[in-house]
Amino acid sequence: MGIEGIGARVARKEDRRFVTGAGRYVDDMVVPGMKHAAFVRSPHAHARIKGIDVTAAQAMPGVIAVLGGRELQADGIGNLICGWMIHSKDGSPMNMGAWSPLATETVRYVGDAVAIVVAETKGQARDAAEAVEIDYEELPAVTEAVAALEAGAPQIHPEANGNLIYDWEIGEAKAVDEAISRAAHVTRMRIVNNRLVPNAMEPRAALGHYDKAEDHYTCWTTSQNPHVARLVMSAFYNVAPENKLRVIAPDVGGGFGSKIYIYPEEIVCLWASKKSGVPVKWVADRTESFLTDAHGRDHVSEVQMAFDADNRMTALKVDTIANFGAYMSLFSSAVPTYLYATLLSGQYVIPAIHANVRAVYTNTAPVDAYRGAGRPEATYLLERIVETAARELGVPPAELRRKNFIREFPYQTPVIMNYDAGDYEASLSAAMEAADYAGFEKRRDEAKARGKLRGIGMSCYIEACGIAPSAAVGSLGAGVGLWESAEVRVNAAGTIEVLTGSHSHGQGHETTFAQLVSDRFGVGIDTVNIVHGDTDKVQMGMGTYGSRSGAVGMSAIVKALDKVEKKAKKIAAHLMEADEGDIVIENGECKVAGTDKTVPWFQVALAAYTAHNLPEGMEPGLKEGAFYDPSNFTFPAGCYICEVEVDPDTGKTEIVQFVAADDFGNIINPMIVEGQVHGGIAQGVGQALLEGTRYDPGSGQLVTASYMDYTMPRADDLPSFQVSTSNTPCPGNPLGIKGCGEAGAIGSPPAVINAITDAIGTNDLTMPATPQAVWSALKSATRH
Amino acid sequence: MSKVEMMVNGRKVAGEVEDRTLLVHFLRENLGMTGTHVGCDTSQCGACVVHLDGKAVKSCSMLAAQASGSDVITIEGLAAGGELHPVQAAFKEHHGLQCGFCTPGMIMAAVDMINRHPGGLDEKTVRAELEGNICRCTGYHNIVKAILAASGQMSAGAARAA
Amino acid sequence: MYQTNYHRASSVDDAVKLLKSSDDGKLLAGGMTLIAAMKTRLAAPSDLIDLRHVGELKGISVAGKEVTIAAGTTHAEVAAHGELARACHAICHLASHIGDPHVRHMGTIGGSIANNDPAADYPAGLLALGATIVTNSREIAADDYFTGMFETALEEGEVVTAVKFTAPDQCGYAKFPNPASRYALTGVFVARRGGEVRVAVTGAGDDGVFRATAIEEALAGSFDPSALEGVSVSADDLMSDIHASADYRANLVVVMAKRAVAAAKG
Repeated sequence: MGIEGIGARVARKEDRRFVTGAGRYVDDMVVPGMKHAAFVRSPHAHARIKGIDVTAAQAMPGVIAVLGGRELQADGIGNLICGWMIHSKDGSPMNMGAWSPLATETVRYVGDAVAIVVAETKGQARDAAEAVEIDYEELPAVTEAVAALEAGAPQIHPEANGNLIYDWEIGEAKAVDEAISRAAHVTRMRIVNNRLVPNAMEPRAALGHYDKAEDHYTCWTTSQNPHVARLVMSAFYNVAPENKLRVIAPDVGGGFGSKIYIYPEEIVCLWASKKSGVPVKWVADRTESFLTDAHGRDHVSEVQMAFDADNRMTALKVDTIANFGAYMSLFSSAVPTYLYATLLSGQYVIPAIHANVRAVYTNTAPVDAYRGAGRPEATYLLERIVETAARELGVPPAELRRKNFIREFPYQTPVIMNYDAGDYEASLSAAMEAADYAGFEKRRDEAKARGKLRGIGMSCYIEACGIAPSAAVGSLGAGVGLWESAEVRVNAAGTIEVLTGSHSHGQGHETTFAQLVSDRFGVGIDTVNIVHGDTDKVQMGMGTYGSRSGAVGMSAIVKALDKVEKKAKKIAAHLMEADEGDIVIENGECKVAGTDKTVPWFQVALAAYTAHNLPEGMEPGLKEGAFYDPSNFTFPAGCYICEVEVDPDTGKTEIVQFVAADDFGNIINPMIVEGQVHGGIAQGVGQALLEGTRYDPGSGQLVTASYMDYTMPRADDLPSFQVSTSNTPCPGNPLGIKGCGEAGAIGSPPAVINAITDAIGTNDLTMPATPQAVWSALKSATRH
Repeated sequence: MSKVEMMVNGRKVAGEVEDRTLLVHFLRENLGMTGTHVGCDTSQCGACVVHLDGKAVKSCSMLAAQASGSDVITIEGLAAGGELHPVQAAFKEHHGLQCGFCTPGMIMAAVDMINRHPGGLDEKTVRAELEGNICRCTGYHNIVKAILAASGQMSAGAARAA
Repeated sequence: MYQTNYHRASSVDDAVKLLKSSDDGKLLAGGMTLIAAMKTRLAAPSDLIDLRHVGELKGISVAGKEVTIAAGTTHAEVAAHGELARACHAICHLASHIGDPHVRHMGTIGGSIANNDPAADYPAGLLALGATIVTNSREIAADDYFTGMFETALEEGEVVTAVKFTAPDQCGYAKFPNPASRYALTGVFVARRGGEVRVAVTGAGDDGVFRATAIEEALAGSFDPSALEGVSVSADDLMSDIHASADYRANLVVVMAKRAVAAAKG
């Protein structure tokens, strides 16, 4: 590695603009003539629209247009769709209800968009939005998935009888039941995975601009995957043909999954721009984000894990009900199926696994992938039940895990996944050592003397990321391929542009991707520019989610670099009259190995473009593109240990130590990887301790719709983290990397809850373990 | 409508705004200074923090008219010439930011915090003092590290100057 | 935010005049609650009368045990006041835990008690201290001033100009913050003058700040956390919401009272 190459801890190139306030987010964009939009949203969780009267609103000061769903439908704008087909176990396709970008007949959750108001100022748009009169006939609502499945529950979509979207299974039910009946011990639990609101700090925003002269649309949007947005808006929503639609995702202030999806607002802003003749900007306020961003998690599961007399796992049986909210968001169907149940083997040899998953409509915000997406739910379920089993069996939790670890690779699980590499023992040992696990009992005694209950908990997670092999996901129902593209353009003076279909919204691609180039050619990262987030600049891409930018996005860059290197070497060899095979490129020079002959990198580039002296038959120029389709998922894994102190008087939990030992394969920039782990842990701790999304079950109102009521992790809720990595390189991609973006959020929640339940001596605790929840658990444990 | 006048980053500015205009919107929309961000509606996230007459305040929670006559420093006014302020430099060096959205408010809060603790800071104090700034990306680990480093550097600088 | 008209008062008299001539005007102190409520369209005053530039509303004076804090004094100024800390450290401690540093730079004691949010900190402090609320027209004892949730004895056109109190022999404040908003989920202020103990609770009551007489009686006998062992508070008149049940709040009242006493005793 060079000082700026692979493995170097390089400070980020993009930071200069962010620390000086020069970042450019969607809300910072100004287009001449631009006006402002506000959406009229349903105040009811479920209601029939009997009439809409916009007369008063249209007469308000500054109002340019008030538009509703009927006009949208008349213009042929299509319904929103879920792009991953899941079939129920009886072979029937999933029951997808219609989702119009603006509701016309029925509203199905609080926040459902009904109309858009365009006005001179944001304040005027909101004033007028309040003046739109909608006659609603309220209908009964249901917010919890279990209740939505009950007989007599309100019917939310005519297409989904009994609110059931699909009833899907994986694994061998019979083998699992037999193993359970033969088991020496069975641990049984009901496990709830709490609903979360992603809360990227930049609220969603869209700026739609229809240029009449060019008959061309531009959409600036807070997207993790602008190309997918363009594809879907063209091919399915009929907003504009692909060649007449440019989607730009500039600086984006965090995503965590919530900015993958195409929402009603960007569609409606684009359409409204054409309709009203002005560029239309909409920016969500925070409460709008709470109401309408796709939420995450929300599973209720019954779980059984069977053991033989030697404490070896023999079977896992899972029955999960997943709350999908009022509409099927873009990738929602894949989350509790192929991103969840396929990970239920965890790090363990479990001969028989069966999972049944029912997806259910409710009168709540749509639910889709949020950091980890399915894998946190699988990990929480598994690591809670393993910990509980260890307590029931009276064996140390680490020992039970060790006994059941997968130790030979590749390993085929009973639930599709084929793990390619890993060393779970290494992570566990590293974490236990870093946490001074052996010294815990002493610390527990010392805490007790201070009146505090101290506990320790661990979690050994595995996840599948670097999504994904296109043919494989296609066979499982995905509507798109999950490859990535790259183009490397060497300019005539030797500077380099890398165009990528990945999108950075905090991950630091402008630095890590440049490090790849620096590593290859020995040029400084300041001479390399990363271009992303604009469909007019980058031809096609699949975007950033599922920890795929490294394993998939960077692999595409590597392929393009290979091609550039090959051509550059040919040119250099020609210039120096040497053999192509003898050329090495390093420190910004092309050299003939074993001689003192060199030609600077920029001269090779210049030669490519002057084309005065190229090898015979060679095309001028130095620019190569590549598409990379992965051959398998990648499998990051690790062990997290959390140590807590609970104040028994108030139930408040303090995290006194948090250790993460991860195996991400090879690492490009350790500083950025550590940052990803820190952030992931904070979100996982947030889920475990703080973040509870509450709908009022009667009215269906979102009660936690602002930071007054939804607890975001703050600096004083968290400790500094001890993070380390080990490395079993991923054999499946050229860089040997696995991905690190979601691990923290996947591995941490069970470690936290295992620690608290260890401290308080009762297992009866659900997330979030708020002070009141812990105090109540303690109180009922003492009472019994 | 109100006529407002203030010093922003050392420059006298004036404008005619609706009385309901928030300071943050005056900065962003009237002055085109988009470094100051809005991340919530309830005065909690701190993405909008600026300095008003030398003190950190939330520019989303005051009217532009309230700030008329005051001296305002925003994130755009922190770097002297081309050189980053020590807190900006520390955030970059210690990877105290990811998506960058909370960063301007975080840095303005950090500068204020360091100013109020000339004797230096410890981790516990930094975490407590960050109560008014929310970050979703970093888990705060590297933000705390950056502030401690900048504080150390600035108080060492102050000690040298004394 | 709905449209509003901004006025900057030059004096208390000026403020009263502006208020009276407005349709549905409101006084604007630090604005930390009012502006937020206006942003979410929960408040819609026709006029805002800004008190922040009224010189007579600034400052803290401490003469022996007699303390006067002008209404426009910010939480940060109260928190950092050395002389006040020597006379009554608990009130500085209380102020230093209101909101966050940026809020404390704007928010004022007068604004806080005029609003009388049921989870605000100052009402507990002033009620336990037996403070006097001074307005442009009269003086009101804290016992008479805080009349219920968001309700006070203030009359139309009346402006809080200062609060004053005599520093007690010992006092302390302990707050258990709401994990989300960081307002008091339960905050307890205890103050002892000779054998008399006053204990005021914020955040927990279903009608705003109140005095916890059971705790006062227990502490009057012995001003020590141990005096509260076995003492319980009825959950009957306490608030239940998504953050805390009345039972949990009842528990917190006793726990925070113990901690406040421990703090008072240093």
